Amino acid sequence: MAIFKLTVNGKEQQVDVDADTPLLWVLRDSLGLTGTKYACGIAQCGACTVHLNDVAVRSCMLPVSAVKAPVTTIEGLSENGDHPVQLAWDEVDVPQCGYCQAGQIMTAAALLKKKPHPSAEEIANTMHGNICRCGAYHRIREAVTLASTKM
Amino acid sequence: MLTINNSSRRKFIKLSSLSAGGLMLSFKWSGAGAKTPEVFKPGAIEGDVVFNNYLNIATDGTITIFSPNPELGQNIKTSFPMVVAEELEADWKKVKVVQAALDNKFDRQVTGGSGAVPHSWMLLRKAGATAKYMLIAAGARRWGVPAAECHAADAFVVHKASGKKLGYGELAEEASKMPVPENVTLKDRKDFKIIGTAVRNVENKNITTGKPLFGLDFQREGMLIATIQRPPAFGTKIKSADIAAAKAMPGIVNVVQFKNNVAVVGKSTWQVLKAKKALKITYEKDGSVESTADHEQLFTTLMDSGKATVRRKDGNVDAAFKNAAKIIKAEYECPFIAHNPMEPMNFFAHVKEDSVELAGPSQTPAGARAAVSKLLNIPENKISLELTRLGGGFGRRLKFDYVTEAAEVSSLVKAPVKVIWTREDDMMGGSYRPAVRYRFEAALDASGTMIGYKLRGVGINAGNSTREDNFPSGAVDNLLIDSVEYESPITTGPWRAPITNFLAYAEQAFIDEVAHAAGKDPVQYRLDMLQKARTNPAGAIKYDIARMEGVIKLAAEKAGWGKKPGVHQGFSVYFSHRSYVAQVCEVAVEKGLPVVKKVFAASDCGQVINLTGAQQQVMGGIVDGFGHAMYSKLSFKDGASEQNNFGAYRLVRMKEIPEIEAYFVDNGIDPTGLGEPALPPTGGAVANAIFKATGKRLYKQPFIEQDVFKKA
Ligand code: FES
Ligand code: FES
Repeated sequence: MAIFKLTVNGKEQQVDVDADTPLLWVLRDSLGLTGTKYACGIAQCGACTVHLNDVAVRSCMLPVSAVKAPVTTIEGLSENGDHPVQLAWDEVDVPQCGYCQAGQIMTAAALLKKKPHPSAEEIANTMHGNICRCGAYHRIREAVTLASTKM
Repeated sequence: MLTINNSSRRKFIKLSSLSAGGLMLSFKWSGAGAKTPEVFKPGAIEGDVVFNNYLNIATDGTITIFSPNPELGQNIKTSFPMVVAEELEADWKKVKVVQAALDNKFDRQVTGGSGAVPHSWMLLRKAGATAKYMLIAAGARRWGVPAAECHAADAFVVHKASGKKLGYGELAEEASKMPVPENVTLKDRKDFKIIGTAVRNVENKNITTGKPLFGLDFQREGMLIATIQRPPAFGTKIKSADIAAAKAMPGIVNVVQFKNNVAVVGKSTWQVLKAKKALKITYEKDGSVESTADHEQLFTTLMDSGKATVRRKDGNVDAAFKNAAKIIKAEYECPFIAHNPMEPMNFFAHVKEDSVELAGPSQTPAGARAAVSKLLNIPENKISLELTRLGGGFGRRLKFDYVTEAAEVSSLVKAPVKVIWTREDDMMGGSYRPAVRYRFEAALDASGTMIGYKLRGVGINAGNSTREDNFPSGAVDNLLIDSVEYESPITTGPWRAPITNFLAYAEQAFIDEVAHAAGKDPVQYRLDMLQKARTNPAGAIKYDIARMEGVIKLAAEKAGWGKKPGVHQGFSVYFSHRSYVAQVCEVAVEKGLPVVKKVFAASDCGQVINLTGAQQQVMGGIVDGFGHAMYSKLSFKDGASEQNNFGAYRLVRMKEIPEIEAYFVDNGIDPTGLGEPALPPTGGAVANAIFKATGKRLYKQPFIEQDVFKKA
């Protein structure tokens, strides 16, 4: 075990964990930030997506010792849950079971940060990495498109 | 009959009393900057008055509606309260929805079989209407006017003649003491203001902000995490287990063996996952150890020599086939697949001296509680079960193996424990959609009419792999449907639209083949058969001919069936779980390969409750049906599944989905369910459209492995 210093959602944090602990489990177990989800643990589904310096990364295979940039999770994406992507998700009524949606939203928010008005193809290419077992893909796509008009 | 229990009225319950068995999420982690998660708890509002099992109204006007059934994405937590609110004449903006814990006062706290809405529809309406009557009675008494002169609107009781009105909150206390009416008049559907509209998911804000809603998010002070090593191959058992190294690893509190499992219990997820890898367990044979190659052989052998159970027999099949002008024969096969709900299995259990606390995601909480009661010999009334939101279910969480496991581990280590499954555990852990091969035979007369029909299903742990009373039964004079069952150690279970999720593909692809051989349009061919079933039925008809015709015609009309030159269309229609869905799939050929472009769906699920939720169920069902037919399979080698995560096991992703247009038949009948019925028809519609585009039939799932998807 060792002490690691992290900035998560703008706050300095210290955790005492094994160096190989994936950021996902540091967030969920050590910091109680359970909005970031586990679904595969092998970087195949995107449920665990967070931002490192505004870039979408999969936290399930990222050892805490390798985290050198500030982390943003779904809990810190906006102060009041009113990021354009979050609002679009409600307006389009995207969630079914909802389990994949934090990862979907974080992936979409990172895309729009980098590219506020992506093409339909860019949206599909980016969101292709996130699995939604409930099959809410049509509305996910629609919500990203809607959010892009409000960036 | 509705029970109204006024003695258990919970008034003025302070937020501080939340710890009594509620979904309490407390954190005391060092250095944690986490916000305390939101807690939803019935009766936490000042001046809350209980009206009945489904409904509280607080003196501030807040209306709390309890949704008893497990929510797994079928949107029940929104649609159930909509029904109550409709009859109550509530103002939807003031409605607060609460997931009810497992409680014997509710009679079917199950999510499965697309049955929740059909089952509870009348109960929910009566719950709302009864409270409305009592509120009106209270208002009338206050004003000294006859109740018949008053009515309710937007959460107010109104006396039209005098212009007086009072809010529900002001009347709640008084109204709850009024006599409970024996009979109430329900609203006419033409007056519905909420039912049938699009009401957004009540949980959207919590989901989009990452609130701890799911079982995996559940926390409890002092809670330990457990991961379990189960036998990696079916048909094997533990020979020896060396747990010393795992037990010595940091953060590990205990390692215990029970049955064929070894549980590693510790303080954090990562620590238990690492320690699990340090277990040294050897296994030995304990039954038949099977591979997919064995199953292929079995299908072939059992198809001809197996002991078949006759499921339905009409007329004289042998004679029909002897007299046939043409015989068509085909075999269809589907592999095992896993449920793969996005949230893997997990459950919390705290077994104490003489009571048990359970919490987590379950489609059948009452069954889970009964199983834990039996396992630990603790009476059911000493076991509480809190329902979290389910991160998907698809039938997997109808089983409660993962609940009894959690109880067993907690009782062994004498601590509150949350058992978590990894994706690998989930995918290798069984309870799969069974693998089945079907053989169809059709006898046609000279005019192309089907005079004989035979279906045999050979299933591996599939039980009856047919649905003998489904169409075309009743529409063919001579018919024989039977099934051969093979028992394997590879465990299976209900998977969204059990049996029909693959049988429908086979049946609808075969009918298409028959229509083609008869030189008939496949839509007209089905309509002709339905007409025959109506005018001259063979045996019992257990589906509604008019409803089936209704969706066939609507789908054909919306898709422009047969009217789009150059567009390759395939048709399918299916009746399952009380509802009817017809689909037209469109396929294009791009760079020499078929591409599924679009699906039109016409559904008859009776009264639609929530339009946006209903569309989601249809679109999600089609994506599910399409995705699994196209891409997914579990194969086995020496008893172990060869795919164990989303790398090797392919699930459909965004760029692969067809466009979907979803339509509903509005026929005024009560709701008949929609969680499953849109899925079964999709595989057949896709296969039939691909045939149109390529001239090749698809006899085996997943389609992507078939020749038509391979570049020449
Ligand atoms: S959990 Fe990280 S990608 Fe699936
Ligand atoms: S909403 Fe259920 S997995 Fe996406």
